[in-house]
Amino acid sequence: MITVVIVVCYLGLLLGLGLFSSRSFRGTSADYFLASRGIGPFLLLMSLFGTTMTAFALVGSTGEAFKGGIGAYGKMASWSGIIHSACFFFIGIKLWSLGAKHGYVTQIQFFRDRFESDKIGIVLFPILVGLVIPYLLIGVISSGTVIENLTGGAFPGLFPSDNPRFDGAVPYWLGAGVICLVVLTYVFFGGVRGTAWANAFQTIVFMILGCVTFFVIADKLGGPQAATELVREYNPSRLKSIATDADQKVFEKKLAHWEKDKKTAIIKPQEPESISRLAFFTYMFIPLSVGMFPHLFQHWLTAKSAKSFRLPVIAHPLMIMIVWVPCVLIGVWATSAIMDGRFVIPPDFPKQNAVLAVMVKKMTSPILGGFLTAGILAAIMSSLDSQFLCIGSIFSNDMVGHYLSRDRLTDRQRVLVGRLFVVGIVLVTYVIAVEWKDIGVFPMAVWCSSGFASLFPLVFASLYWKRVTKLGAYACVITAAVVWFMLFRDSGWGANRSYLVAGMMPVATIIGCSTAALVLVSLVTKPPSPATIDKFFGS
Amino acid sequence: MKKLVYAMIVLLALAHQDFWWWDRIDPLVFGFIPIGLAYQAGVSIAAATLWAMAVKFYWPKGLEGETDASSTTGGDA
Repeated sequence: MITVVIVVCYLGLLLGLGLFSSRSFRGTSADYFLASRGIGPFLLLMSLFGTTMTAFALVGSTGEAFKGGIGAYGKMASWSGIIHSACFFFIGIKLWSLGAKHGYVTQIQFFRDRFESDKIGIVLFPILVGLVIPYLLIGVISSGTVIENLTGGAFPGLFPSDNPRFDGAVPYWLGAGVICLVVLTYVFFGGVRGTAWANAFQTIVFMILGCVTFFVIADKLGGPQAATELVREYNPSRLKSIATDADQKVFEKKLAHWEKDKKTAIIKPQEPESISRLAFFTYMFIPLSVGMFPHLFQHWLTAKSAKSFRLPVIAHPLMIMIVWVPCVLIGVWATSAIMDGRFVIPPDFPKQNAVLAVMVKKMTSPILGGFLTAGILAAIMSSLDSQFLCIGSIFSNDMVGHYLSRDRLTDRQRVLVGRLFVVGIVLVTYVIAVEWKDIGVFPMAVWCSSGFASLFPLVFASLYWKRVTKLGAYACVITAAVVWFMLFRDSGWGANRSYLVAGMMPVATIIGCSTAALVLVSLVTKPPSPATIDKFFGS
Repeated sequence: MKKLVYAMIVLLALAHQDFWWWDRIDPLVFGFIPIGLAYQAGVSIAAATLWAMAVKFYWPKGLEGETDASSTTGGDA
């Protein structure tokens, strides 16, 4: 019960912050969507970091380390440290400068202008929104899962369940619904300023509580050394970036021992997972998605000056490390954790998304459990809010605002349209999340990021290659969409977790195809007008 | 200096492949972090250092103060 009280208080605090920030709202769409371009270095760092670190960073990283070992960090976190900052530096600053100069609010406005094409917005709109929705799903699914797993026993009469673990727990549908409602409320009233404030607050909360979780769990396992030694004893392959043939033999031997005497062996060993060097390398393409995330584009444009980017560019890799290292270790420890002579995570535990929540629930006090739940939810909500807002922004500016003249729609009406569209999208997302609650967070994030990453050549060429043409841009977008869809279908809609194309992550193939289409078509079609070249490349 | 920054980005991408501790557990850093994980955390620290150098020596010129950032009413597309 105490867990629920703490979480409710936290959500109340967040709502208060959102409503408080709305007092600074100037009533214009520029203020609602861009905070009048007044965000300084610290808030920019926090909002960029909070936005890029989705539920995937806490819940997904722990689950992936549980399933595959410490390689999860190398595959995603350290690449992200290199590539995200590169995107902020090479893409973000230039887009900020162009956005401030020409008054852009969304990516589509920039691309329409840069490619001298109104219709490119029609092509990009469904793709960008379609790729953001799975991201929203990740957040909503994770929040419902976490709340359900951490509130067991709180309301035994109200929410009975056949599963003793969930008896009296706040049900998944209710937890996910409440989180949607809270985020929706502070985005609705606070706009991007409220989102930035909430992100800063929530990022601080989840970083502090993440570290606290790590030390408390380590302590319960007899200290970090003892926790790691347990993994060495039962699942040594999880402590390596790659499992070898020798690890497979060790696994088979330990499994045979466990099957012979389950009581003494306690922990059922997990099958080692391996990855080739080429596949490991091609994970580098996934974080390129940051260059095309519409919600990050919006945050970039809120910067007060180019100097505001300096802190995020430098500190981002370090902040990723602070969050991911403890999460990966907790996930690895979970494979072999023993408390009071019994396993913490049951054998053949199917829900890797729930590993962190189960560890917190079983290994901490209810009060700390409540705070830690709030910390996990903070990480989830700090991404959800930006994604909600950017969807409203795209619809309001690129569709309604673009196709209706200013006489027919006032500035305030434009904000209202954006808000209403967000409500509609959240409702759709919520319904899907309730239906598909068991989707793996990690594979969905990987496929979604791959989709955005496959459009990276478009934004890069638009900023650095004068010769890129309108038709080259269309070819790039359509090729990326078609190849992505074909490979996604071929992977069983993400069900095949080890799906590779020619030994590489699918994203490498998609980017290769979209880049080739962009370059080849640009070279054989009419170059952009001198006026456009001068507008974007002139001094 | 610009070339040095580019060269370091390539070097860091290669170093990320971890040719040394890819399939090893020991030594355990601080007694509990497997060397493969500690190495990748080191890559993150190296990335922060690299980007600090980029900011210091390769900061794009002519951006700050060239526009009136407060006046915007939406895209002119």
